[in-house]
Amino acid sequence: MKKITKYVLTDILRNKIIIGYTIFLLLISLSLFNLEDSASKGLLSLLNIILIIVPLVSVIFSTIYIYNSAEFIELLVSQPLRRKQLWSSLFIGLAGSLALSFLIGIGIPVIIYAATDTGYILILMGTLLTVIFVAIAMFAAVFTRDKAKGIGLSIFLWLYFSLLFDGLVLFVLFQFQDYPLEKFMIIASAFNPIDLSRIMVLLKMDTSALMGYTGAVFRDFFGTNTGFIIAIAILTGWVVSVFWLSLRKFNRKDM
Amino acid sequence: MNRKIFILTGLLLVRFITDARIIRVGKQQQFHTISEAITASVNGDSILVEYGIYKEKNIDINKSITLLGMHYPVLDGEHKYQIISIKADHVTLKGFRIEHSGVSSLDDIAAIKIYSCREVTISDNIINDTFFGIYSQSSVNCLIENNRLTAFGKTEQQSGNGIHCWKSDSLRIIGNTVTGHRDGIYFEFVTNSVIWRNDSYKNMRYGLHFMFSNNDAYISNIFRNNGAGVSVMFTHGVKMFNNYFEENWGDAAYGIFLKEISDSYISGNKFLRNTSGIFMEGASRIRVEKNEFKDNGWAMKIQASCMDNVITNNNFEGNTFDVGTNGTLVMNSFDRNYWDKYEGYDLNRDNIGDIPYRPVSLYSMIVEKNPAAMMLYRSFMTTLLDKSEKILPTLTPENLKDNYPLMKPLHL
Repeated sequence: MKKITKYVLTDILRNKIIIGYTIFLLLISLSLFNLEDSASKGLLSLLNIILIIVPLVSVIFSTIYIYNSAEFIELLVSQPLRRKQLWSSLFIGLAGSLALSFLIGIGIPVIIYAATDTGYILILMGTLLTVIFVAIAMFAAVFTRDKAKGIGLSIFLWLYFSLLFDGLVLFVLFQFQDYPLEKFMIIASAFNPIDLSRIMVLLKMDTSALMGYTGAVFRDFFGTNTGFIIAIAILTGWVVSVFWLSLRKFNRKDM
Repeated sequence: MNRKIFILTGLLLVRFITDARIIRVGKQQQFHTISEAITASVNGDSILVEYGIYKEKNIDINKSITLLGMHYPVLDGEHKYQIISIKADHVTLKGFRIEHSGVSSLDDIAAIKIYSCREVTISDNIINDTFFGIYSQSSVNCLIENNRLTAFGKTEQQSGNGIHCWKSDSLRIIGNTVTGHRDGIYFEFVTNSVIWRNDSYKNMRYGLHFMFSNNDAYISNIFRNNGAGVSVMFTHGVKMFNNYFEENWGDAAYGIFLKEISDSYISGNKFLRNTSGIFMEGASRIRVEKNEFKDNGWAMKIQASCMDNVITNNNFEGNTFDVGTNGTLVMNSFDRNYWDKYEGYDLNRDNIGDIPYRPVSLYSMIVEKNPAAMMLYRSFMTTLLDKSEKILPTLTPENLKDNYPLMKPLHL
């Protein structure tokens, strides 16, 4: 397993797209911090990047990588290796390399310019989002042999989490606005890793005061240490459960 | 010659009789306490207090005298008493350090309390750790100048207001610094007064709290970092010029909160980094011009209960939301402002945008209708909604628009 992980990691880290992605993130975060007049504003702009671009790149790159290494996977499956080990090392390789480029591209500038609680939580959430979306990509890729369908499915999942889900939430909020929705909001946020990480970062920022009573509801729940641990547990739960689903599918898959 | 001497002696005599005496108080002087000196004085006398610590419980000033402190003598209330009570007209109190008053919500204990007097001057005092600072009730034409008030209360119940004025008229509150109190400056039923060049910061509730006080002006003050900003309520004829409202940041903090205000004028102020710059409720006939709104959460929140307000020639820059409102009925005018979010064009180059600007974003309308939607704050979804609403307005109020948006910021 170690060998395969190492192979996957070195293969991806030499990939031009990953290098380009790292440089792109680095350039964006450096220029944002230099353009905005305060570090906290830079963090706020960076948040938008992390919530949209990081999941998108993670999900598409991982899906394509899995499809491109179909032959490699088939070859290894024919060897006396457990499928679980093979799939896990692919996941670790992908998640590790994308997380590494995220940490270099965004983590280092944030530590240089805004080494605050908000900055650290931003890095943490970005890393978790990267890993979650790698898991989602592997889930989408294992479903179908057709590359176009697989990429389509992963893009759809990204679209769902970054846009459609919020639309549904808005719809529900308006349909049931006569009812107390505090619990619903907290539960709903747990069902979308992008929403949850956005809320976690916003709660640490000054702008959370704008969120009024809704912000207070979230702060009461996620603002405490227990709440923070719960949020991290939920996000880790996302990684584990989605990866487990894809693993189950992969184990039974007819190559 | 004789006649001349006679006149001269006569003049000297007149002068001797009418001349105010100077009474000195201090360790080496005839009087050791201020109260004794006041008892011995008559109207028009001056009492000069040398440096020392005076613990005299309550000092009652019931004659028209001038009380001067040299090198800030300390008047200590021992955490039990009101320190100075002024009960005569034409009293001047200057140059004291007044500390540690008692705390009582029943009596409203203050460092200096003016009881129904005229023409009292209180200047250049340092007031530390007192319940109320300077308290004026039913007084007329008093001057409160260059005092420095600091309190250390922990809760709103445990602390009083810095400069508290009640049922007074023609007051001048100039150049004071107030911090750590419940309300920095408090006005209730105070008319024809001016609040000028004060600095009110880090107070627990409001920097300035203003109710039923008609025809007052506040000019060139700084209200910074107060618990809830500045509140002006149930008043008409207020002029607010060149003030700074800064960093009033929190769930219920406002630069200015205007409730039931009419016929007022807000000009030349700077609203920087507040949760809401101006919040208007039931306000009418107010002219808001030449102000700068920068880096606020909401630059202005105007409830539908406001009418005939004119908002013109202001700069709106870097605010998260420019204008928020809670209804579709708009009876206010927003013409000729500069909005940094304006994306229109100016073909004839007259510095006025050719298409109207709508300062209310769809998302701010949604939030106003359903606060729970704030859950989606800064999500991709809301950005897209706002963009589409800009192109095809459907939900935002039809009339809330700037018909002549300026292309360049005004120099304010």
